[in-house]
Amino acid sequence: MPEVSSAISLSTVVLFLPLVGMIVLLFMREQTQGEYIKWTALGFSLGTFAASILLWLSFNAAEPGMQFTQRLDWIPSAGISFAIGVDGVSILLIVLTAFMTPLAIISSFRVHVLHERGREKLYFMFMLLLEFAMLGVFMAQDLFMFYIFWEITLVPMYFLIGIWGSEQRIYAAVKFFLYTMAGSILMLLAILYVGINAQTFVIPEILAKLQSGALVFPYDGLFSVQGALFLGFFIAFAIKVPVWPFHSWLPDAHVQAPTAGSVILAGVLLKLGTYGLVRFCLPFFPQAAIGWAPIVATLAVIGIIYGAWVSYAQTDVKKLVAYSSVSHMGFVVLGIFALNAQGIQGGILQMVNHGISTGGLFLLVGMLYERRHTKALNAFGGIWKVLPVFGGLSLVITLSSMGLPGMNGFVGEFTILLGTFGSKQLGFFFALFATLGVILAAVYMLHMFQKVFMGEVVSEENKNLEGLHWQELAVLIPIVIVIFWIGLAPGAFFGSMDASVNQVVQTVGAAASTVVAP
Amino acid sequence: MFEVPSIADLNLGLTLPALTLALGACLLLLVDVVFIPHDKKIRTAWLALMGIGASFTINLFTFNQSGTAFLGMFVADKFTGVMNAIILATAFISILLSVDYIKRAGIERGEFYALILFSVSGMMFMASANDLVAIFVSLELLSIPLYVLAAFRVPEVKSEESGLKYFILGAFSSAFFVYGAALIFGATGTTSLPDIFTAVQSIVADGGSSAFLLLIGTGLILVGLGFKVAVVPFHMWTPDVYEGAPTPVTAFMSVGAKAGGFAALLRLVLVALPTFVITAGDSTAAWQQVFWLVAAATLIVGNLVAVSQTNIKRLLAYSSIAHAGYIMMAVAAAGTAGIGDAAAQAALLYLAAYMFTNLGAFGVAQSIEKDDGSGTDLNDFIGLAKSRPGLAAMMAIFMLSLTGIPLTGGFIGKWFVFKTAIDAGLMPLAIIGVLTSVVSAFYYVRVIVNMYLRDGEGDPAAGATRAVNLAVYIALVGTLVIGILPMLATNITDAITLASAVAR
Repeated sequence: MPEVSSAISLSTVVLFLPLVGMIVLLFMREQTQGEYIKWTALGFSLGTFAASILLWLSFNAAEPGMQFTQRLDWIPSAGISFAIGVDGVSILLIVLTAFMTPLAIISSFRVHVLHERGREKLYFMFMLLLEFAMLGVFMAQDLFMFYIFWEITLVPMYFLIGIWGSEQRIYAAVKFFLYTMAGSILMLLAILYVGINAQTFVIPEILAKLQSGALVFPYDGLFSVQGALFLGFFIAFAIKVPVWPFHSWLPDAHVQAPTAGSVILAGVLLKLGTYGLVRFCLPFFPQAAIGWAPIVATLAVIGIIYGAWVSYAQTDVKKLVAYSSVSHMGFVVLGIFALNAQGIQGGILQMVNHGISTGGLFLLVGMLYERRHTKALNAFGGIWKVLPVFGGLSLVITLSSMGLPGMNGFVGEFTILLGTFGSKQLGFFFALFATLGVILAAVYMLHMFQKVFMGEVVSEENKNLEGLHWQELAVLIPIVIVIFWIGLAPGAFFGSMDASVNQVVQTVGAAASTVVAP
Repeated sequence: MFEVPSIADLNLGLTLPALTLALGACLLLLVDVVFIPHDKKIRTAWLALMGIGASFTINLFTFNQSGTAFLGMFVADKFTGVMNAIILATAFISILLSVDYIKRAGIERGEFYALILFSVSGMMFMASANDLVAIFVSLELLSIPLYVLAAFRVPEVKSEESGLKYFILGAFSSAFFVYGAALIFGATGTTSLPDIFTAVQSIVADGGSSAFLLLIGTGLILVGLGFKVAVVPFHMWTPDVYEGAPTPVTAFMSVGAKAGGFAALLRLVLVALPTFVITAGDSTAAWQQVFWLVAAATLIVGNLVAVSQTNIKRLLAYSSIAHAGYIMMAVAAAGTAGIGDAAAQAALLYLAAYMFTNLGAFGVAQSIEKDDGSGTDLNDFIGLAKSRPGLAAMMAIFMLSLTGIPLTGGFIGKWFVFKTAIDAGLMPLAIIGVLTSVVSAFYYVRVIVNMYLRDGEGDPAAGATRAVNLAVYIALVGTLVIGILPMLATNITDAITLASAVAR
């Protein structure tokens, strides 16, 4: 980590553009400039996306450490800095965030809740604030900062669900807020403990101290100091992911949230948790990670199968997609706790995949809902005949979520399964049960697709559905392109994270030699 | 045998911030009666604000000075300086909140402001008291005007009840304090805090019955001061008194009295008793265990009972108990050797953040309060985001700050308090602290739910006059500045050397 510098790095630009956008919106007047508000929001999110692409293009994939670093003193006497940076673990997620936010914003343009409940300015301000906070989580190189951004994501999401959600929005919003806060606040204690012992909160400095042996968290069992610290972080992340059995907030939040809220929630917010696992749980507490790996992986596999099972039983399309998230994110956690390069790389790629596919599914559900004002599975049927283009795009996104070869989901899941199979900690049985999850995914996804799109048009109301608006196409087509891009040529994605992931694996590997089997 | 000290020995220069205010209060009382007509009482308010401004300015000049005055009864150091600033800001905002309120409540009388100034000078003396007797005198100077202020809304029954309850229990707790001071005097033969510190060394070394006396004395003083700062189990009076008192007085009390009480408590434990251990060689002070329990009980009771409140004043009352618990956590942490100054810093940061946030919240609550004192129900907040979006947004920020969400002052306070607690080895207490803050999120978020998520006709917020708005803006700026630029607050408090100054 370089010393305090004054030159503004590209990462800082990416991070602060949404915040600037939010402040600009703050000073716009809803009455007179109402039309421009949404376009301003879109402009800033697209600007952020462009900057993030530039960041990715100028990213040096061979460098395992932090790039585009920026550091300023924040509370010098307490060892706290404003420090940001980008590495192979975070670069893809930053681009994903910047990619999903404009899509979510465009998808909001035609949403009727927004017109009904009004307060458009507040809505788009929260969107940009959310983007700022999420980018901050991925970039933060100081534990204090990380925690700040982590908690800040709660506030806009809470309002998005609570103000613009459906009938039970208040219950869902409060549940989301309390659940997530309960998890993260224990992480606060773990962060403080780490910071006090390291005498700094800057992440690279802590890692350096751990590496050199100047800082040791003793490990002799799952609940020793290191084990407890691991748990402090893990529970916060597990709630966010969500890992079974911490998932109960998710269906409520997803079902009640407005479409854009669900898209961001599934697309990016859940990844904060899995990102945290890779960024903190593994390199900070490698022995504990090894010790806990079988238990965490068991939870992940239960989540994979449970999510798929429950998903199949749903009669509400949105709930079905929500539970499928539990299943898919289980794969990500499984990959990460395979603790080898393949597993972690697959996990990171699967974060991106899930963001794009499930984000896409929520967009589809949202578009259906706008036309029919219902999310009940049996209200549809034969939609393909009415809306062929929509049907075709939906098929692609559904298949990608299922993990069909040639599309993004397959690459991620396959790599994760390879990693799990070859993992010293996990091995054959975990891979076997996870594979079962892949099959189940096909079952519930095809079940959904069949119910909604295939067959005859039964319901009278479905016969005259409005065709796709160009804004809706503008949202779906980029998603489909990325789906095929990752599916057919994942090299650029794996290449970006290679060096950084290897470094994490090495850290864990070095610790493995000192671990006592639990 | 008894020498009359010369005026130079008194070293008055150091005491000027507090002294100015005490004299100013006397003067204001006279000026108000003689010169200010009945319908122009707002001038008294302006004079009071000027007095506070003058004291604040003087405090800036004396900020870096240190030394004792009044023959060792009074001590000026960084701690005093920071504390004075917090107390004066409290008073300034409270007076801004009062100006229009007491007018529309029909209780506009000039002595209101003089009473506030007297109480403020009491708090300031308390922050710099270096002797048990001085603490007691300033405690009374702080309390007696507050008893009157709580009952200021006579003949409103609730206000009378509030004043009376506060007075009776307050007097009771003062007695505990005096008894405690007497026992400490019995054990150590002195009432001066630095001399107690010296005496404690030999008491610990002897290991005789004096240690027992000292422990009981400390406990009784904790009762006396614990009442003032409203920690469990000495909190019973708080909700009734807070609900009955005029809202600006409640705001003032909930912050000012806490600031004064905690200042004295911190000075007592850090200057006089930091090395008071049961068996020589222990690294934690004898009193830590008790403080620990009080802090834990305060956190649990304050937060749990606040959940069921439906009136914003009662909610803030219980939440103020809970916040006393967080500050108490820092005080308990001060009992571990080497943590003292960091603990004092954490307590001050927490107090500063809490001061701005809580006063702001009371300001908004007061804005929607009706002239007859009703309209303080949580349901009265429904729809506020539609009728008064700015006010609702500020209230939301205050609520998030009280919850401890980042980028607000409340988070910085919690960060430092939890940090010292963990540093002091009080992990269980820290865990209780974070879990109860999740509970607190529940009731603070409910206010936001009512303002933003429920549909309804919003209150026009007639009470949001210019003075009140100004007060709320100041509170908002304070809350956000501490939250976003915490180094401004930490840099000032970094230099506090309460513990290390003596324990060298």
